[in-house]
Amino acid sequence: MSPDSADIPVLLQMRGIRKAFPGVVALDDAQFELRRGEVHALLGENGAGKSTLMKILSGACRRDAGEILIDERAAAIDTPRDAQMLGISTIYQEFNLVPHLTAAENISLGREPMRAAGLIDRRTLIARARTLLGSLGTTIDPDAPVHTLGVAEQQMVEIAKALSLNARILIMDEPTSALTASEIDQLFAAIRRFTADGGSVIYISHRLEELARVGHRATVLRDGRYIGTRPLPSPVSELVRMMANRDISEHYPAPTRRRGAEILRVEGVSRGARLRDVSFTLHRGEVLGVAGLLGAGRTELARVIAGADVPEAGRIVLNGAPLRLRSPRDAIRAGIGLVPEDRKQQGLVLPQSVTANLSLPQLARLGRAGVVSRARERALANRWTAELRIRTPGIDTRVVTLSGGNQQKVVLGKWLAAGADVLIVDEPTRGIDVGAKMEIYTLLDRLAAGGAGILMISSDLPEVMGMSDRILVMHQGRVQTLVDARGATQEAVLHAALGLAS
Amino acid sequence: MAGLLGLCLLLWILTPHFLTVSNLLNVLEQTSINAVIAVGMTLVILSGGIDLSVGSVLALSGVVMATLLHQGWAAPLAIAAGLAAGFGFGALNGVAIAWGRLPPFIATLGMMSIARGCALLFTEGRPVSGFDPDFRSLATARLLGIPSPVLITAAVYLVARFVLSSTRFGRYIYAMGGNEEATRLSGVNVRLHKTLVYGVAGLTSAIAAVLLTARLNSAQPIAGIMYELDAIAAVVIGGTSLSGGEGGIGGTLIGALIMGVLRNGLNLLGVSSFLQQVVIGLVIVFAVLLDTALKSRKE
Repeated sequence: MSPDSADIPVLLQMRGIRKAFPGVVALDDAQFELRRGEVHALLGENGAGKSTLMKILSGACRRDAGEILIDERAAAIDTPRDAQMLGISTIYQEFNLVPHLTAAENISLGREPMRAAGLIDRRTLIARARTLLGSLGTTIDPDAPVHTLGVAEQQMVEIAKALSLNARILIMDEPTSALTASEIDQLFAAIRRFTADGGSVIYISHRLEELARVGHRATVLRDGRYIGTRPLPSPVSELVRMMANRDISEHYPAPTRRRGAEILRVEGVSRGARLRDVSFTLHRGEVLGVAGLLGAGRTELARVIAGADVPEAGRIVLNGAPLRLRSPRDAIRAGIGLVPEDRKQQGLVLPQSVTANLSLPQLARLGRAGVVSRARERALANRWTAELRIRTPGIDTRVVTLSGGNQQKVVLGKWLAAGADVLIVDEPTRGIDVGAKMEIYTLLDRLAAGGAGILMISSDLPEVMGMSDRILVMHQGRVQTLVDARGATQEAVLHAALGLAS
Repeated sequence: MAGLLGLCLLLWILTPHFLTVSNLLNVLEQTSINAVIAVGMTLVILSGGIDLSVGSVLALSGVVMATLLHQGWAAPLAIAAGLAAGFGFGALNGVAIAWGRLPPFIATLGMMSIARGCALLFTEGRPVSGFDPDFRSLATARLLGIPSPVLITAAVYLVARFVLSSTRFGRYIYAMGGNEEATRLSGVNVRLHKTLVYGVAGLTSAIAAVLLTARLNSAQPIAGIMYELDAIAAVVIGGTSLSGGEGGIGGTLIGALIMGVLRNGLNLLGVSSFLQQVVIGLVIVFAVLLDTALKSRKE
């Protein structure tokens, strides 16, 4: 009897789940069902709501509405501890292990078997670890410090730790992303042993081709809503269709730009595993969208072009001349600006004023002999605050007090004021309200119309489709395809981003 | 500022000797050494670091200068050499931190020992004493009745204020302390400017060494022990955040003065020096507590 047959009792039901964050509804009437012994894949684009749904299940995040039933009884999950008591464990992509403790010590961390004198009973500790690891079919030495183990072995230790907490439901987030083919086989074998003993697994992955090997059913979320559940194997094209075709809720400004001469050429750039032999060109007056899943290498590409990281191979040519970029300074001098993905950590000096942030990259030309001209600095800040319509009480206001949209305009303003020819914007509208988004889109178009070339990295497919002239799709560090935005469909772009052959 | 005025008012009520011109000038003069060192410390802390080596660098630049004076160097040259030594050893801290990626605490802890050891080696552990009156006048002269160490301190503060508010270097110090990565991505040469910041901290230590050597008519290889803690205390009482990026030089001046006035007042009141340490410690803790409380209320 296979676990997807209707006779198998339902272990977990989530119904009508809603969760809103300021400015965005992450989940709206989402649902999910898990049977005993089932491996159930959870699918959806970046931002579809998978992570939020799993955070609610694991108690990391509270739901605004909806109910969770376990064994047909309402379960109150408000804290991670509640979830743990109910037998729900999460294996994150970044493991939560203490590197210098042994496998056995990690497995029993905080619940060490004790002897009468208050000392740890090491024999029981190790025996317990050996039993748990053995039940997963691995032969990891319980006495090995975790930092000496490989990624796959650490993952097994994590799973063993979950088992030691009597986990009935394992949530696994992209568990195979760092594993080799044979390690994946071992992981799947361990998952099958776990489910054969009555455990259930919620499996989040973008690797659709793998799912059929281990999964029984797949549920697709899109825009925070439940789209449907299918038995596995199902045709990949159908799953992709369910994931794509997001609502185009925003409007995009009609482009005023016109494509001009080539400005940037990237040839065979490689760096580590996240950037492999990437080549493309960018023209003046063009918005080149970069799509791909998390970890596809998009941010790494941005950092290399902006001089923040040095490539191991390949070259970057600007206006026909090869560049040697060894630091962001080199890139800025060449006219390349980066609006980073994480504006608070990398884009802004939060405790400082709008003026200080806008002028930071150009202090050298705002004065003489190292003395900054206050008047010119303030003129610059006034000009760009007005031009970008940055809503702030004044140019001396600290940027930490501004809204996300206005903070992002300050970051953009830095590079506009610096007169950047090539602007790389990484997730330019993440966490920004709808009105400010539209302003930023208009601004990007105006910049391109003024002759700049814009590389726009975004995980928001409708945004990539709506704003780009051409779309570069990356997958596992490589360029999967480069398409004209007109005539491209969300489905086709997502298909390529998932690494599926066209 | 209110705290400083309140403290002065309290001491005025408690002891008639406090509010006399000669006593106030005395306080300023005694505060000058710590106040000058605290200038460099302010820059370092604003940039997001810490410097534990300032006391040792003070001793080292003092003995370098004193030895050269004894060898017959002209005073301006000997002083310049002492300042250069201070800047150089400070900049070595910066190199270790910016290029070697050592945490500032560790790099300057090492330098605290290295510079102290160098000063002792250089002098074989003996003080270098006895200078001509011209040199000593740096500490003893008065202009319009104001002792020259007070004037020198005032000059150092004016320069530091200008550097922090009006120069690129000053802006970069605040930016690095506020968010180093964003500053680097804005094209600022973070390593160079960090090195300079620690160099300036060494330089202000060396200026303090000039004042101390001229006053005592002697340069001691064991001078300046624990001075780093007084300097950090002045900066922190002055409201500069230990995590960097927020604060300023004006606060440090007030912080140094609060410490100076407190010591002076407690002396006038006949409080034992043991109890004085307890009181000063309490003031440091409560000043920061108050500052944190006020800030969190504002936000």
